Order: sequence, then structure tokens, then C-alpha cells
Amino acid sequence: MSAVVSTGPAIGSGSFSRLREKAGDEGDTRSDPHPNPLPRAGEGAALALPARAPILSRAGWTAFIVALLVVCAVAPLLNLAVPAASVFHMSDYAVALLGKIMCYAICALAMDLIWGYTGILSLGHGMFFALGGYAMGMYLMRQIGRDGNYRSELPDFMVFLDWKSLPWHWQLSDSFAATLFFIVAVPGLVAFVFGYFAFRSRIKGVYFSIITQAMTFAAMLLFFRNETGFGGNNGFTDFKRILGVPIATPSMRMTLFVLTGLVLLAFFLFARWLVASKFGRVLQAIRDAESRVMFSGYSPLGYKLTIWTLSAVMCGIAGALYVPQVGIINPSEMSPANSIEIAIWAAVGGRGTLVGPIVGAFLVNGAKSWLTVTAPEFWLYFLGALFIAVTLFLPNGAVGLVRQWKERGR
Amino acid sequence: MTPDLLEDGARRASAYHERAVSGRTSSGGRQAGFGRPALAGEVDVTHGRILYLEDVSVSFDGFKAINNLSLDIAPGELRCIIGPNGAGKTTMMDVITGKTRPDSGTVYFGSTIDLLRHTEAQIAQMGIGRKFQKPTVFERLTVYENLELALKTDKDVLPSVFFRIDSRQSDRIAEVLHTIHLADSVTSMAGTLSHGQKQWLEIGMLLMQDPKLLLLDEPVAGMTDEETERTAELFLTLKGRHSLMVVEHDMSFIKSISEIVTVLSEGSVLAQGTLEQVQNDERVIEVYLGR
Repeated sequence: MSAVVSTGPAIGSGSFSRLREKAGDEGDTRSDPHPNPLPRAGEGAALALPARAPILSRAGWTAFIVALLVVCAVAPLLNLAVPAASVFHMSDYAVALLGKIMCYAICALAMDLIWGYTGILSLGHGMFFALGGYAMGMYLMRQIGRDGNYRSELPDFMVFLDWKSLPWHWQLSDSFAATLFFIVAVPGLVAFVFGYFAFRSRIKGVYFSIITQAMTFAAMLLFFRNETGFGGNNGFTDFKRILGVPIATPSMRMTLFVLTGLVLLAFFLFARWLVASKFGRVLQAIRDAESRVMFSGYSPLGYKLTIWTLSAVMCGIAGALYVPQVGIINPSEMSPANSIEIAIWAAVGGRGTLVGPIVGAFLVNGAKSWLTVTAPEFWLYFLGALFIAVTLFLPNGAVGLVRQWKERGR
Repeated sequence: MTPDLLEDGARRASAYHERAVSGRTSSGGRQAGFGRPALAGEVDVTHGRILYLEDVSVSFDGFKAINNLSLDIAPGELRCIIGPNGAGKTTMMDVITGKTRPDSGTVYFGSTIDLLRHTEAQIAQMGIGRKFQKPTVFERLTVYENLELALKTDKDVLPSVFFRIDSRQSDRIAEVLHTIHLADSVTSMAGTLSHGQKQWLEIGMLLMQDPKLLLLDEPVAGMTDEETERTAELFLTLKGRHSLMVVEHDMSFIKSISEIVTVLSEGSVLAQGTLEQVQNDERVIEVYLGR
């Protein structure tokens, strides 16, 4: 950020609107009514109103298109078309792993909106992820049909519990359209109600974090119970089909992979657009000085509630994409540790950058899948050390570090 | 058409304009009268008072921060409030802006708006701007973005998402930028400004809201002498168009701007008058100077 230095005398509003046009604002395209405009002191020497920032820079768009191509064309080709013996072949394991990490990246992005931009640390986002996952899981359980172990219309765990009919909350689970609705609506509604009461009572900072942590823990205990009808501690697994198509085929796996990638990229663009709007700047203002926001005439409740609900819905969608790819959902997804991990991805990548949390999700989970294979006993130590190191030495995360290097290089 | 007639017309037009302007400051352009309805959300100053506090008491855990305080401010007035630490100056501002609810008493904005029924955001939108003791700006936004956020527009969520600045609004920002002498730092992060500049930016954000009443808590704290002088000039130009309530400890600053000074002590008004009157008041000398 370099300040534009004004060398001339104070500039009147006439020359100001002229400069605004120069700055690329389309708001006022009238021609200058003055036949003899004030002489310009030279390029960059006068007061320039900052133009509305584009959603992505030229380099940003290039990177975005490349990512889009990799997800939609390169990965499917390398996995499905290139023979398994080739060096360029992308293994099914890699597809599954990357697909899973992309779901996590959506969560990290959602976490960044609420934590990095609005300054509200949620330690309960794992619950919204799991709620979306459970909504999808219920549909997948119904898709098993009579192919389960007990050859019954009911899901296996219900037969095991000796239930005779579907409980009320399973009634619509065989409809894919209803499932799509619930994936958005259930996490959204839970977040809205929880957020409304929390934000209206002006619960902030660490208190809010603790309450969200308690919320996900309570939900986990609830889902562990058999009588709530969510499969108890085994959750849902052994899925066979989605929309009548077998789920465990390479092409289905690839379809889900591409879908996840597209959702991630779309959410990224959406988040960019959102934080570039005045709405996004109000969020940052709430983070920096909430009382000033209130005394400027904004009611923070609506803003916090909107971004909180939106963030929860994003997590829910990520969960729904995650379940068919990993083939299981159980209450451990709601454990407090999982929610904390989401915050770690965002912190490692860099809060308040949008790209950062996505990078962070890939870095941490990449390290996790590598370390849990080579040195499984060290993974938790590594995670703890990582969190301490990032807090101490990288307040702006990996992306912040790269930016620092770039600026030093200049 | 003769030059005389033209001149006369111009004179009458400008006299009308002046009347309209002065009318705006004293009574919102409306006359007191029977059957004149109170308009919702509009400040009614036909009774000559823009702010009216009566018998307000606030206590925190038994400590009476404000004790039966009564105070009123006329439209267009610049009122200075002084008083020793703990006299309840900041608490009084908290009560007016809706941050603290008093235990008893009434607080009116104009003669129709009961401020105790509104939230902070509503009070701010009705036209009461407040500057905090410690300069509070959005540190990680630019000066321009700070001012843009303070713009007087629809401040609900959806209008903010689709907000686009129009040319009148950017001209207003440019105007305020020059008023607060920050035109050189439009694109600087507010966090990088000096203390005095932050004070000014905050005052600028208040001006963006176009408030009818400004509450300024120690506006020149941490400013250089030159900045203090410029601030005094600024306040004097605001006087008349806006009502101002300034809490300050800097006596020379008060001397340069004040008409009427109110002295608060232990949560209520101790004395009121010109600075000279107040400074010669026995009780004030006793309380304020600790003799």
C-alpha cells in the first residue's frame, strides 16, 4: 500500500470527480462540464480515489482458470484415461485423498469468513459439517434398499434395534431433492437459531468459542445415542448407490471429485465477491472495532448472523460432498478436536486472505496423510507444534509469509 | 427588466435562502403550533432543545456514576463539559448513545424522541454521532474505506451487499477528506496514521453521518498544538449547523471554542456558565482544583 502524494493545493470536488473517472469508477460517466479543467500536476501526483477492487487480479484469474482446468480436465484424464502403469497416472487413492481435502478446504474457507474476516472464532464448525454429512448419509442409507445385511427396507441399524418403521425424521430421506434441501436448511437453521441468541446477547470472543465447542460436543453425545435414530456410534456406512448409480466405481468417484472441486472454486469466487463488497468491509470493521460500527449506525447482529449462517451452510455442503467420497459418517466428526482442526487449517494458511485457508487445508492434511503413514505416533505432536509455531511466528500464516518475502524482494 | 429589478430579485432569493438555512438550524424549518404531529424518527427542536436529560441516575454495583443529572443543549450550540476524573462525563455519553441504560430519568432527543427506547445503531442513524475517548477507527481498512462505511446510507445487510457509491457520495467523501486534512492518505491503512490523525479520521467519520448532535470525548487528546488549533477551527465552523457536546481537559482548547461550559462533579451538574464565570466559581475551584 503506497499513499498517493498530493503535491498540489487542495483539490475541489470538480477535479475530484474527474479523477474518479480516471480511477475507473463507472458511477459517473458525464463529461467534464468545465472547458478548462485545472491543470494536472502529473500522473499520480493528485488525489486519486481508490477504484472498486476487481474480484480477482489478472494473475488471480489465471490461477483460477488453471485450477478449474486441473479439476475438470487434467485430473479426470490422468485418473481415467492414462493407464495405471504410466508415471502420469493418478491413483484412485490420490483422487480420494484430494477429494477429501477439497471438502476440508471448503470448511477452512467458511471458517475464514467467520474468523478471519469477522473475528468470531467458532470451534463448532465440525457440527455443521457433520449435519450436512448426516443429511446426505440418510439418503445414501435409503439408497441401499434391500441390499443390506438384513435384506430389509429399513436401514440395517434400525433392524438391529428392532424398529418396525421409519422414524418421523427419516420420512423424506428417500428423496434426493429433499436431501439437497436439508443439506442447506438443517445446518443453516441450527446456525441461525444458535447465532441469533448468542449474538443478540452480545456473547463475544473466547466465550463464544467455548459455547460453540460445547454445542458440537452436545451434538456429538446426542448423535451417539441409538434412540435418536442416527445409527449411534457406528453412524452410517456401507453405501451402495447414489441416484441409483453404484457409488464405488472410478467414474462415480471422479464425478464426486470434480463436483467438489467446482463447489470449492465457486465458493471461493463467491467469498471473494462478498468480502470485496461493502458488506465484507463492515465485517472487517466489526472485527476491528465493533462499537464504532454500532455508533456508525450499523446493527452488527444482522451482519454477524448472515455470515455465521452462510459459513455454516458452506460447511454443511462440504460435509454432504465428503460422505459419499469417504463412505462413512459417524458422530466422531462432531468431536471438538475436529472443529479445532478446521481453525488450525485457516490459521496455518493465513486468516483473512481466502486463498490462505485453502492452502492451509491442503498443507496440514497433506502432512497428516503422509505422517500418519510414515510416523503415526508423531502426528498429534506435529499438529500441536504446528499450531504453536504458527501462532508465534506466522501470525498471517503461510500466505502472509509468501507476501512478506515478495515485499522484501522488491 | 432592469438591473435594479434583477438585483432586487437576487437579494430576495438570497434572503430567502438564508432564512431557510437559519430556520433549519433553530427549529428544523418548522414552526411550533397546534395540531402539528410529531413525525416518527424526525427530530423536533421547535422547543429550542435538541438534547434533554432530566434526573438521570446510573449506578454500577452501588457506585453512583451519575446522580440526578439534568442537562439540556440547544440546537446549534457548542457546549463544553469539564469535570474531574470520575465525574460521569463518559457515562453520560454512554447513556445518550444507548450503550448504558440509566436506572431512572428521561433522555430526549428533540422533544419527541425518547432515546431510552432505541438501540445504539438506531440512535446513530437518527443523528447522534459519538467520538470515543480513545480514537476508534477500523485499523485494517483504508482511510477511504473508513469514511465510506460511515456514509449516511441504508445500513441493512442486503443494501450493503449491493452497495455502489454514487458521485454525490464520493464528492462528500472528498469534501470530508479535505476538512480533516487527510487527503494525502486516502489509501493508507487507518492503523498507520498518527494518533492525532486517527482522532481526525474519527471526527471525519462522524461528519460523514451528517449528525445533528455530535458527542466528542476528548477530541484533542494526543494532538500537536497545530492540530489542536485546526480542530478548534473545525468545531467553530460546525457550530450552528450541528450541535456539539465536547468533553475536554485542555483548558486552552476550551477557551478557544467555548460559549457555555458545564462542570460535572460526582455525577451531577455543579456549575454552568461562561468559562470565566465557571473558573471563578468557589465550588468549582474547590472540586476541580482540589483546594
